[in-house]
Amino acid sequence: MISSAIIPQPLAKLPWRLIFLVAGIACIGLMTLYSAAGGSIRPWALKQAITFMVFLCIAVMMSWVKESTIKSIAFPLYGAVLVMLILVELLGFVTKGAQRWLDVGFLRLQPSEFMKPAIVLVLARFYALLPAGDIRKWRAIWPAAALIGVPALLILVQPDLGTCVMVVLGGVTMMFVAGVPMRLFLAGAAAVGVAAPIAFSMMHDYQRKRVFIFLDPESDPLGAGYHISQSKIAIGSGGIFGKGFLNGSQSHLDYLPEGHTDFAFATMVEEWGLFGGLLVILAFGAVIRWGMTVSLNAPSRFAQLAAAGLSATIFFYVSINLMMVMGLAPVVGIPLPLVSFGGSAVMTVMLCLGLLMSLERQQRTSSKLV
Amino acid sequence: MKNGPKNGGVSNDKRVTSAYQSLTFSRRMLLTSGAQVAVGAVLIGRLGWLSVAENEHYQLLSESNRVQLIMVPPRRGWIVDRKGTPIAINRSDFRVDIIPEQLVNTEQTLKTLAKLLDLSVDDVDRILKDLKAARGYQPVQVAENVPYENYAAVTVRLPELPGVQPMRGFSRFYPDGPAVAHLVGYVGTASAKDYEREKNPLLITPGFKIGKEGLEKTLENNLRGTPGGQRVELSARGKLVRELEPKPDRSGNTVQLTIDAGLQQYAARRLGPQSGSVVVVDCHTGDILAFVSMPAYDPNSFSQGIGRTEWKMLADDDHLPLLNKVTQGLYPCGSTIKPLMSMAFLEAGIDPDRHVVCTGSYRVGNGIFHCDKVHGSVDMHTAIEKSCDIYFYDTGLRAGADIIASMARRLGFGQHFELPVSSQRYGTVPDPEWMQRKYHRKWQAYDTINMSIGQGNILVNPLQLALMGGRIASGKSIQPRLVIGEKTPPAQPLPVSAEHLIFVREAMSAVVNSGRGTASGAKLPIDGVLLAGKTGTAQVRRITMSERAGGVRTNESLAWKMRDHSLFVGFAPVEQPLYACGVIVEHGGWGAAVAAPICRDTLTFLYDPDKAMAVLAPMEEQWGGTLAERTARQAATIEAAAQAALIKRPA
Repeated sequence: MISSAIIPQPLAKLPWRLIFLVAGIACIGLMTLYSAAGGSIRPWALKQAITFMVFLCIAVMMSWVKESTIKSIAFPLYGAVLVMLILVELLGFVTKGAQRWLDVGFLRLQPSEFMKPAIVLVLARFYALLPAGDIRKWRAIWPAAALIGVPALLILVQPDLGTCVMVVLGGVTMMFVAGVPMRLFLAGAAAVGVAAPIAFSMMHDYQRKRVFIFLDPESDPLGAGYHISQSKIAIGSGGIFGKGFLNGSQSHLDYLPEGHTDFAFATMVEEWGLFGGLLVILAFGAVIRWGMTVSLNAPSRFAQLAAAGLSATIFFYVSINLMMVMGLAPVVGIPLPLVSFGGSAVMTVMLCLGLLMSLERQQRTSSKLV
Repeated sequence: MKNGPKNGGVSNDKRVTSAYQSLTFSRRMLLTSGAQVAVGAVLIGRLGWLSVAENEHYQLLSESNRVQLIMVPPRRGWIVDRKGTPIAINRSDFRVDIIPEQLVNTEQTLKTLAKLLDLSVDDVDRILKDLKAARGYQPVQVAENVPYENYAAVTVRLPELPGVQPMRGFSRFYPDGPAVAHLVGYVGTASAKDYEREKNPLLITPGFKIGKEGLEKTLENNLRGTPGGQRVELSARGKLVRELEPKPDRSGNTVQLTIDAGLQQYAARRLGPQSGSVVVVDCHTGDILAFVSMPAYDPNSFSQGIGRTEWKMLADDDHLPLLNKVTQGLYPCGSTIKPLMSMAFLEAGIDPDRHVVCTGSYRVGNGIFHCDKVHGSVDMHTAIEKSCDIYFYDTGLRAGADIIASMARRLGFGQHFELPVSSQRYGTVPDPEWMQRKYHRKWQAYDTINMSIGQGNILVNPLQLALMGGRIASGKSIQPRLVIGEKTPPAQPLPVSAEHLIFVREAMSAVVNSGRGTASGAKLPIDGVLLAGKTGTAQVRRITMSERAGGVRTNESLAWKMRDHSLFVGFAPVEQPLYACGVIVEHGGWGAAVAAPICRDTLTFLYDPDKAMAVLAPMEEQWGGTLAERTARQAATIEAAAQAALIKRPA
């Protein structure tokens, strides 16, 4: 918080540290996109900058929304997103093609993207409503499992494994912090170990291929393992301080595929090195830590759970992308928010941050009242 | 249901309250944060590992992605003779390549090129296949050895032919053509097998040739050089981004041979249309001055890739132009073995003054062995001079096979030499032990008799024949040498008696110079330089008793393949020998009539080239022109035959 006589109160009360952090990450992202386009703000950097500014404004505006309002829209929002997911599925069925978005005339809505914050809010609401004594009971588990499972399945069949994984992880984290018995998670982990081979057999060919390639990317460096191999080359060749801005050969010569989207981190690290990569990771760490602090300081159970879940969503976004880019996870198509080109990731993260800012504002105002 | 409402939940004494719930929440948050920090640490660790520990590895990969080398083939090293006269050089020529990446309209471009360069349908097919296989910036060859007019035509129309790259290249040129064919071999495009073996991208660079035969093949490493490269930065799709600093190529080394190019060419021309070989060696160093096998193919036309018709004509020729007879032709040495025999006799303690009476035939057991004349009473000197077989039959039986075989080996027969030639057949020196091993029978008297006149199982190659002459002439155990610069220890003295050598040299001189010898016609026309030598006529067929009764048929009356081989071994000058020469003419007839004059003229060339050329001129007129003229005429014949075959094919 910045307090000064010159700055008007509403502005001064914004969480400026967070905004600077986020703007900083976005700036690194914009520079990466500028470089990936060969030193041009077109076609990506300019568009990304506008998208970011718009969603930053939306997030800041959201920070005035009251917790009670968020609480009340949690279920309707979840329901609406679920309906959209079903619509997408039906549309895909009618047009006989995989589809992930709804065309609403002026923009394309990707409902699975909205599901990420929606699942967090709805579970926070659910566990806030649940009497404290019921948390270790069956009724604390099955509704949550259903709330996660139905959209996860709908997203999986789109098929969008990356988003599905994120929705499930977000939901499970919610259940975890809500206090569902620990043995359930241990049992769950064991079940996943058993179920993995079965899930594998049900995967699409391209997904299965990605798993294989994740396990051994060098087995097919020119074919399907190309993404991971080239990404590792880009990151590894950067060294400590990188090859310098606009000097990344891997991205500029098109060896690195998707250098402006999913693999933007590799593009950035090639030019800025370990130093740049560390900066981005630590900046995201600070953002997530801020979110977790909001959760710890939250006065209500809903706010606690919602803030923890929203922070976790950002965490999963960042960490899955980085693990994928550095060859620690299969390529599942999750972008690095604020750095990769693409509106939906920016939108999701900024929505999460907007909600977090709102919750944070309530703590401050409510604590003043106490 | 483990979490059913009745018995689920925690123990009764611990009631789940809001306070407890908030405690759980804090604990779970701590765990979650801890997990997040752990993941963050793993990410940072991984980042550090990739960019610091593995940095070098990935930098290398990134560079090999970024920079590609467009090979510039090195110029092949020259092959020159002992005086520096070029034997194999590079001639600049014109070539046309295509850079696949820059090609816009493949079909249109090829159509235009086919018209401008007179490409055949086969050529266009080949180019299309290569283009399909090519990636990015690796050029594909359209044509090489393009005549200047066609090259100019392509250059003029370049603006409408994007991707076409007319270039100046180099092709191998052998000024002496067939005269050096079996010595240096030829070059050619690397085969798939060559590439498999070496995996060197240079081999598949358009216009690059490797040695395929002879010295070009055996000295490949020395002649090849290191390729240069135009280093370019390429995008993943093979687009040229920019050119980096070029890496200059390094030409192959020049290889100097012991050969005397003039002598080599003269000897080749002197052999004329006959099938044979001439080898001249330096008596003291073993340096090979001439290494000729004729007839031969034209290495110039081989190096451009020969057609099916030419190959067939060469392969079907009974004079074997594809065979290097110097090291791969094996012949019975005939009477040229007689100086060697005498050396063995002397070593066996046989008195050179011992006389044997030649009656024209010699009986051993049931067999009768013949001489070509009735020489009467002969001693060793006369026997060599007049080449009396009966003397050698009789004395050979006295000396025994073992000492003869031992002497033959000491003089280089049956020996394999350290030479950069593709393959050597080193022949046979038979002895009782060999006979047992090879034919599982005992050595018989007639084996000794056959061997004593160089018939039967003994086989030598022309190089060994010349080397025997050199070893007798100098008394040194010389080893042949083809490449100057190879460190060779000075030749060891021959393990024979010097007196015996003097005796044999005198007898060999008498063969040519006494006026009574078999090779009296081979006297050198040079004042003060005397040639010594020994003729040989090696039978290739069995003369039956009935034929002998009716008179042995003359060579002229026989089919070419049935005629005797004509041999001669000689050295000059007699007093202080410098050069030794071995000549073998396949099915040439009498050694004295054919091989000896070739040796005489070849050695004459060393002293007085003009005199030697004067002798050659009328002969070449009779053969239908000089070697170059005959080669050109043959090329025209081949061309015509190939054209005829081409016209016939579509039908």
